[in-house]
Amino acid sequence: MRNEGLGTRDQLNSTQWRRRVFKPVVWLLCLAPLAYLIYSLSLDLGANPIETVTNFTGIWTLRFIMVTLAVTPLRWLTGINQLVNYRRLVGLFAFFYAALHFIVYIVTTFFIEGFSNFDAPGLVADLTTRPYIIAGFTAFVLMVPLALTSTTGWIRRLGGKNWNLLHRLIYITAMAAVLHYYWKVSVKLVPVNPRNYGILVAILLGWRLWRSVARRRASEA
Amino acid sequence: MLIKKAPDLSESEVTPKALFVKRREFIAAAGVTAAAVATNGLGLFGGNEEVAAQNPDAQKLPNLVKGPFGTDEKMNSYKDVTTYNNFYEFGTRKEDPAAYAHTLRPRPWSVVVEGQCGKPGTYNIEDIMKWAPIEERIYRMRCVEAWSMVIPWAGYPMSKFLERFQPTSRAKYVEFRTLVDTKQMPGQTEPALPWPYHEGLRMDEAMHPLTLLGLGLYGEVLPNQNGAPLRLVVPWKYGFKSIKSIVRVSFTETEPVNTWKKMQSAEYGFYANVNPQVDHPRWSQGSERRLGEFFRRKTLMFNGYGDRVASLYAGMDLRRNY
Repeated sequence: MRNEGLGTRDQLNSTQWRRRVFKPVVWLLCLAPLAYLIYSLSLDLGANPIETVTNFTGIWTLRFIMVTLAVTPLRWLTGINQLVNYRRLVGLFAFFYAALHFIVYIVTTFFIEGFSNFDAPGLVADLTTRPYIIAGFTAFVLMVPLALTSTTGWIRRLGGKNWNLLHRLIYITAMAAVLHYYWKVSVKLVPVNPRNYGILVAILLGWRLWRSVARRRASEA
Repeated sequence: MLIKKAPDLSESEVTPKALFVKRREFIAAAGVTAAAVATNGLGLFGGNEEVAAQNPDAQKLPNLVKGPFGTDEKMNSYKDVTTYNNFYEFGTRKEDPAAYAHTLRPRPWSVVVEGQCGKPGTYNIEDIMKWAPIEERIYRMRCVEAWSMVIPWAGYPMSKFLERFQPTSRAKYVEFRTLVDTKQMPGQTEPALPWPYHEGLRMDEAMHPLTLLGLGLYGEVLPNQNGAPLRLVVPWKYGFKSIKSIVRVSFTETEPVNTWKKMQSAEYGFYANVNPQVDHPRWSQGSERRLGEFFRRKTLMFNGYGDRVASLYAGMDLRRNY
């Protein structure tokens, strides 16, 4: 702990760089969309501010999921294994934005004319009959165990192998989230943005599949 | 003491044009961005103020008279009505029409009338605007996407427009078509919808006293993004029925196929009456968000116009004829 204080003339070692520089930078980057959202509440959010906020939190959830999924391929590409140190943080922020998105949807859709009137049948109907809601809800629910078991204690308790297996749920979350976006926008038109996110998920997951197949072949040979 | 606003107060009475023009000039001078911040800052769910107009030299409609069927509900601001539009001819985002509709030229404009009628032909907008006194009618507008607004339209009854062409007894339906011109409507370069947009009504729906030939809003001629120079307004049906920038009117014997039904017939039908009991496959139609409000409100059968229009559908299964 000799070099803890900033302003020391000693050179920072890699752990210190991570703690004092990279971690805070990643935190700030992850908080930037939230800061922008809070700032823009004081500006003009257009004729339908609730829709604007819903879309904003939804799209940032998707982006954070993409970044989380991109960490491993980026390690393969660059060889910078330290990237994994920031994956948990980015993943938790994906969950954070998803939770905001979910709360905004629940509050502004199912409370009719005030907090005293909750449209429970409407919520049940949405969660059971509407494909885009089912997809979005699936994506969100599967993130809950990932967020809960994100601590070092849980990694130890589950064991690295089981933990890794459990956290592959993020693959399903990513696919469901893209479907949710696509079905929300349209069932027939092929909108550009959902399509692009679909392509991105296909690349990020396809890459993993291809690598694991290639490795298995190599080990069999 | 509770002071209740008269139910059918005209917007031109509420705010004298001279005053709001002055206000607009002032706001425009202060800069559009500053105005947006000043008038909407923090007032997320409150603002019903007249905000800087999209079109500062919008033409006022002369001799506007107060029409029947008004509502005393709070109107959406001029800004809401003119910046949040579904008009795919200018792009599929809500803000696209306000941004891109300046390429539309609403003058000169003519409407071709054809089909089962005694007086087919080509009629120009200047004449059409003189065929009946232009009324102000404050209507609720409910979009199939579960949002709604209250809009002070200007126009005259569609019946007075259609009667001019002397529809014959074989005219059971009337079909309307929007302009196709990729120069004026750049969104038409994308295959977002099969162009031209077309819509239709049964004759008795078209001739119903509530059905309006829309020529303006907020006491001015229609802004381009709202369907200049003439459009349909059918307040008890979902907004997509109220076709914009009409260039063709056809009287037909058979039910016309409207654009959205053609696109996705499982989601959109011919009748498209506002009906909280029949859900859209992707979302509930039981409630709606009135723009400017935080909580949703219950959707009313026929958008609250049931006492006047329900009889049009007596004996019909509205679940099948959605």
